[in-house]
Amino acid sequence: MFNQYTLVRRSQVSFKGILLVPLVTFALALLGSIVLFGALGANPLEILYRLLIDPLSSTYNISEVVIKAAPLILIAQGLAIGFRAKVWNIGAEGQLIIGAVVASIIPITFPDSQNVLMLPLMMLAGMFAGAAWAGIAAVLKTRFNANEIIVTLMLNQIAIQILFLLINGPLKDPMGFSYPQSVSFPEVAMYPLLSPEGLLRANASIYVVLLLSVVALIYVTRTFSGYTLLVGGLAPDAARYAGFSAKKAVWISLLIGGAAAGLAGMGEVSGPIGRLQPSLSPGYGFAAIIVAFLGALNPIGIFVAGTFMAIIYVGADGAIIDAGLPPAAPTIFQGMVLVFYLASFALVQYRIVRLQPEATA
Amino acid sequence: MKTTAGDPTLLLQLRNVTKRYGTFVANDGVNLTLEQGQICAILGENGAGKSTLMKTIYGIQQPDEGEIIWNGDKVAVTSPSVARNLGIGMVFQHFSLFETISVVENISLTVPGTLPELAEAIRQKADEYGLDVNPEAQVHGLSVGERQRVEIIRCLMQNPKLLILDEPTSVLPPHSVQQLFGTLRKLSDRGVAMLYISHKLEEIRDLCHSAVVLRQGRVTGTTNPRNASSADLARLMIGQDIPTARHAEAKPSCEPALKVTDLSYENPDPQGESLDNVSMVVRPGEIVGIAGVSGNGQSTLARLLSGEIKLADTIADQIEVFDTPVGNVTPGKRRKLGLTFVPEDRLGRATVPNMSLSDNVLLTAHRAGLVRKGLIRRRTQANFADECISSMDVRSRGRHSIASSLSGGNLQKFVLGREILLKPRLLIVSQPTWGIDVGAAAMVRQKLVDLRDTGTAILMISEELEEIFEISDRIHVMYHGKLSASVQARSVTAEDVGRMMMGEFDQTMRAA
Repeated sequence: MFNQYTLVRRSQVSFKGILLVPLVTFALALLGSIVLFGALGANPLEILYRLLIDPLSSTYNISEVVIKAAPLILIAQGLAIGFRAKVWNIGAEGQLIIGAVVASIIPITFPDSQNVLMLPLMMLAGMFAGAAWAGIAAVLKTRFNANEIIVTLMLNQIAIQILFLLINGPLKDPMGFSYPQSVSFPEVAMYPLLSPEGLLRANASIYVVLLLSVVALIYVTRTFSGYTLLVGGLAPDAARYAGFSAKKAVWISLLIGGAAAGLAGMGEVSGPIGRLQPSLSPGYGFAAIIVAFLGALNPIGIFVAGTFMAIIYVGADGAIIDAGLPPAAPTIFQGMVLVFYLASFALVQYRIVRLQPEATA
Repeated sequence: MKTTAGDPTLLLQLRNVTKRYGTFVANDGVNLTLEQGQICAILGENGAGKSTLMKTIYGIQQPDEGEIIWNGDKVAVTSPSVARNLGIGMVFQHFSLFETISVVENISLTVPGTLPELAEAIRQKADEYGLDVNPEAQVHGLSVGERQRVEIIRCLMQNPKLLILDEPTSVLPPHSVQQLFGTLRKLSDRGVAMLYISHKLEEIRDLCHSAVVLRQGRVTGTTNPRNASSADLARLMIGQDIPTARHAEAKPSCEPALKVTDLSYENPDPQGESLDNVSMVVRPGEIVGIAGVSGNGQSTLARLLSGEIKLADTIADQIEVFDTPVGNVTPGKRRKLGLTFVPEDRLGRATVPNMSLSDNVLLTAHRAGLVRKGLIRRRTQANFADECISSMDVRSRGRHSIASSLSGGNLQKFVLGREILLKPRLLIVSQPTWGIDVGAAAMVRQKLVDLRDTGTAILMISEELEEIFEISDRIHVMYHGKLSASVQARSVTAEDVGRMMMGEFDQTMRAA
């Protein structure tokens, strides 16, 4: 019965439609959560409250939202620059891990240091390490035309194993009762906290993220380099005609994405975690892909989408405890966001047409 | 859904057909009648509403008002498949072929039959109509000209009662045009009617029984083209006489701007065009034309000259721009030497379809002070775009218009304007007036001659012989990857060049 319908590409995609996509996506995902988790016996109003209102209801919760928004926005800003050039870096999670590992080497080596240069040094180390890890995919892509989706995805697994290897070996705290974790970082290795009393966990990394979001905005709207990347993504033949190097676009895209993810990884160990440990991220590297697209690959859109996603993260944590949601709820919610995003984006680009009887006959 | 509503002796009647896009009226109360076997020309400048009208008849879009009457019955042509079932076929100006599959696979999408049967049928049609097409070839490897031949064959395979032809001859060599006309006349004798969109007035007078002239969406005249001169037709169409390029003798200097020496290129794509020992020289102040049917190596030559395909370092000196070997360097480095290039693909290569004209200026004009310290200078960019639009009379809603919203002729004027504003010392232009109306074409040619007179060296690749003769100073002919020696445009006849286009030339012919 569905074979009577087909999708026809719209001649023009309306601007209103593009704005509607993220709104409809979130609305459907919320509705889906209520139906799904409601069927498990949770109170729908309670779920809505926990997911959307509760995360903003106290200073502490808002601080938690900031902690989660920072890496999501940062990684998504970096990835979006590559996505505009149609370079698909799916390996931000791995780049985040490598960035965290390499940055951690400094405070683990000098655990008693008082040198205030340690934090900036760690930031640089995290960025370079993440960029280098993504650079592996760039080498393989430009030299051997290896698909960057596959390569970056597989590098995620290698990064995790490297983390496990080091945290059980040279980076392990020798006084840590064999727990696979490093020593606690010294004060100079940590981002300063936002609140003077130290009651809240939110830290200065959000300023870094804000600053880099502005840089990203300038990069994509004002710089010639950002323009060449966009041309390469929209019309490869035109890029070739104009002499914009496709290899350079691959390099720039992957290095920026890797550096942003590496810096985000460093922000985790130098922020809420405070040491190197086996679990560094609840999947920020993957969620950031969704954030980048929900934000329509636009730096301002990404900021809004990343904040919203962080609210849901925090809200879902609360809902698991207070509204009786299953522990997999945040993952399920993200999955629904992705599916509904793809569906509503498809419907903005295509319209459903009923096939004519003549044509099916 | 069918109701008897019209004269059954007529094949097609349009009554008061109106189509609006927002506030823009593309077709305004168009009436048209067509008998069986009648070949009717649709004339009009770009943007006059010809394509809109044809899309309505072929069911790609629905009219806002008016009705379509087919064989006396009012019909709703709601989709191209409805049109095809009625017996309406269309050959598009912009091709509708899938690039990643072969010719025969493309045709099998709309024509029933097994692939071997279809391949055989294609070969038969190809022989019958002199349309040289290999059914097994992959479409992505075909030139623009070859793709159009596939489009024509695909329509003919469906034995239509009405054939809509959008600029069908623009890529055919002269003798094939006559062969195609023979075919079209044969089809007409058998009762197949045709709507024939073309800018070539001589062809219309030669072939068509009637001509409907559109201007700004309305029918401004219906005439018998055989009783009207080409100039008359052109006046009806653009409301003014056709301007012709002033064609004074060239005063070339001696130092070559472009020198190509024994350039051979083996295309890695077996269906692609290769080059065989191509040599030529273009000097400042002259226009050198390369004639020939498309698909004979012109597009490969253009890409090698522009830098979209690079040569190995060892043979870089086979292409020299102002005495600098450039065969192995990027398009950007060649442009620094004063080269600019207008390719034959306006949308997707010369411009980014989804970007504004303003942003498309940046594509090649970023060297002209539009970028400082890596930042785009928006004001300078806007000024450049505005100047480009006004100097070339580009009809658009201004610099914020999206490139793909412009008609072919206006987009071509924009691209040429951009490349001319860069003050080139060497301009390479490929199929400058392909598929654009006579008014725009005359303007483009005049601009090229004006540019020549300022001392720019111009290489023009074109398959339109009239154009080659109108503005070239010397003429080369390309055939099967070989380039003839040049002949003086003023002393050679069209027949000579026509023979050369069939491969009758010697590469070592006396250099002019």
